[in-house]
Amino acid sequence: MKTIILRTASNYMLPLLLVFSVFILLRGHYLPGGGFVGGLIASIAFVLHAFANGLGDTRQLIRFHPGFLMPTGLTVSFLSGVSPIIFAGKPLMTGLWYPHHLPIVGNLGSALFFDIGVYLVVLGVTLTIIFTISESV
Amino acid sequence: MEVLLAIMVGTLYASGIYMILRRSLVKLIIGIILLGNGANLLIFLLGRIAKGSPPIIPGDSKVFLEAYSDPLPQALILTAIVISFGLQSFAIVLVKRAHKVVKTDDLDEMNATDEYS
Amino acid sequence: MIEQLVIYPLITQMLLAIVLMFFWSRIRWQRVVSIFGSLINLGVAIWLFVTVWQGGTLSIQAGNWEAPFGITFVADTFAATLVLLTAIAGVAVSSFSAGSVIPARLKFGFFPIFHFLLLGLNGAFLTGDIFNLYVWFEIIIITSFVLLTIGGEKAQLEGAVKYFTLNILASIVFLTAIAVLYGLTGSLNMADLASKVAAVENRTLVQVNALLFLVGFGIKSALFPLYFWLPASYHTPPSAVSAIFGGLLTKVGVYALIRVFTLIFEVDPFLQNVLLAVAVLTLFSGAVGAIVQNNIRKIFSYLVICHIGYMIAGLGMMTEMAIAGAIFYLIHDIMVKTNLFMMSGVIYKIKANHNIRKLGDFYADHPKLSLLFAIPLFSLVGIPPLSGFWPKLSLISEGWFTENFIVIGAIIFASFITLVVIIKLWGEVFWKTGEKLPEVRNFPYFNKLTNIKKTQMLAPIILLSIVSLYLGFGAGNIQNLAERIAFELMDNQEYINTVLSK
Repeated sequence: MKTIILRTASNYMLPLLLVFSVFILLRGHYLPGGGFVGGLIASIAFVLHAFANGLGDTRQLIRFHPGFLMPTGLTVSFLSGVSPIIFAGKPLMTGLWYPHHLPIVGNLGSALFFDIGVYLVVLGVTLTIIFTISESV
Repeated sequence: MEVLLAIMVGTLYASGIYMILRRSLVKLIIGIILLGNGANLLIFLLGRIAKGSPPIIPGDSKVFLEAYSDPLPQALILTAIVISFGLQSFAIVLVKRAHKVVKTDDLDEMNATDEYS
Repeated sequence: MIEQLVIYPLITQMLLAIVLMFFWSRIRWQRVVSIFGSLINLGVAIWLFVTVWQGGTLSIQAGNWEAPFGITFVADTFAATLVLLTAIAGVAVSSFSAGSVIPARLKFGFFPIFHFLLLGLNGAFLTGDIFNLYVWFEIIIITSFVLLTIGGEKAQLEGAVKYFTLNILASIVFLTAIAVLYGLTGSLNMADLASKVAAVENRTLVQVNALLFLVGFGIKSALFPLYFWLPASYHTPPSAVSAIFGGLLTKVGVYALIRVFTLIFEVDPFLQNVLLAVAVLTLFSGAVGAIVQNNIRKIFSYLVICHIGYMIAGLGMMTEMAIAGAIFYLIHDIMVKTNLFMMSGVIYKIKANHNIRKLGDFYADHPKLSLLFAIPLFSLVGIPPLSGFWPKLSLISEGWFTENFIVIGAIIFASFITLVVIIKLWGEVFWKTGEKLPEVRNFPYFNKLTNIKKTQMLAPIILLSIVSLYLGFGAGNIQNLAERIAFELMDNQEYINTVLSK
């Protein structure tokens, strides 16, 4: 699959798809979207890059092992899940909201951090699976 | 619509079971995928297919004014899809490894662990 | 906020798994963190159990959504007891795997996945929502697949294909059952379902749905026609993995069966007959399977199947005393089966063989170890003061009162065959003068291991043997506990009221 058109296109597509995945992640609270879909889109960006340039290039691009994203994402989600227990004495996963409206960002709540964690876990898991399968072919 | 979906679910279950009963490992995985899709569609069907607005009550009223659709089946299906995604990718890796080590695709020949020793 | 206590066992296991994931390739740290973390989890579980024992059922709504809409976590005495037993088995197996599993396997993330498995088990016991139960079941089976295949030997992969196929099939049947239940009632909360299922007019559909649940959980708990994945796979992974599988995995299925058929569905005579017939056939087929096998772990695998039959028989009789007997047997079985698989691991480390025909001389070579191993073996048989005896007593007497004479016959037959199997095992492995086994090269023999590893392997066996002895000699207390659980299960008003906070 090493065609020049795909290779050139994938270089432009990678940042575009990553930005789009973050957009999908952030609009997820009220509209269709969220951490899972965002993570899948982000991993598709890297998979496309791997298709066009080979697995080695993509690995160099990411620099660290994608498996490392799993515990990181889990930690973020876990902390946002238990934060109501620690700070407010409310049950697990109760939404905590910052009371003031922030410019540009909007309302900030613990649900956002949960979704960011999901995004990282999904990205890590998908990339690990795809890299493992395509490596051993 | 319900009848169509019901037939669809039945077909998916039947073909999934048929595929699971074949001897090939790859067909086994296809069967599992079909069965999973059938189950997801069944949840969707049994959550009542109703055209309606999302179940959010407008700020100025206390009850629903019009027909609304149940959001829960979608959440359930999404969860089930995520889980089956993980299971299927594991199954593919497992089958590949098994094929490499046992050197056969035929389930009938994979009986070393059942044999009396 | 004492209710928060319900999810502490989940939080500790999750935190432990995440911390261990950060130490992915540092095995030495993983061993230490896993053992100490399991001890902390044991402390939390004891705390939860004592609180529930003194103060009654606790429940908490995740996300603070009110009861029938959000996900509920409930700890009644049954759930708290099982969480406690999981924690005890968790400490034991964590220490045992630190000593016995070879580093090549630990490198693939054995410990994090092991703690995710314990997280799944705790979640399945504590949840009060039927779909959430499905999710915990999936966590359990995904982690158990990984544990089963870690190492990637030929036998492991072959066993895993069977284990995997039938367990996924079970999940799909379970998911179908949930879909039908949701279509019938529009609710997923188990306490809420209790009243809603009773109000459904289409009784036939409810019956079919109950059978779907029976099939789904039946595959997972290895009931009679659905058990073939178990003896094909349980003897393939390292002994530490077999220990946690044999001790806890099938018991989750039994837990789910007991929970569903006491809380959600009313057991009618037809279902009762199905349960009793399945129990009798499970007892027979497991016992007959165990008697012909020669591989130690295969013998124990068949005994796992056989002894599931006792619990299902107790559930099938559906009287308070019979369920108390089933619960007592469940408590006894978790401790003893975990211990037996660990014991087979130690024997394998010493002799490098699993075949009882080839083993021998164990009593002459290791008299102290033999005496230690006698405790779980003879607890399993149920020689009177030991723990297996008491639950069988209540099951048989209850079978007499409800006039289920075939069940009594099957229980006595299975106990007798278990006795024969254990005597055969004892004679072959411990007393017989065995042939000289060839030295296996590069095998980590037991006497070549360091003292720390030896302690890590033997301490959990001693711990579980002490627990087993307590279950036998303190049977009065355990019987009280089992009767209280059975009372709460039969009269489920407290559970429902706590969850729906009426």
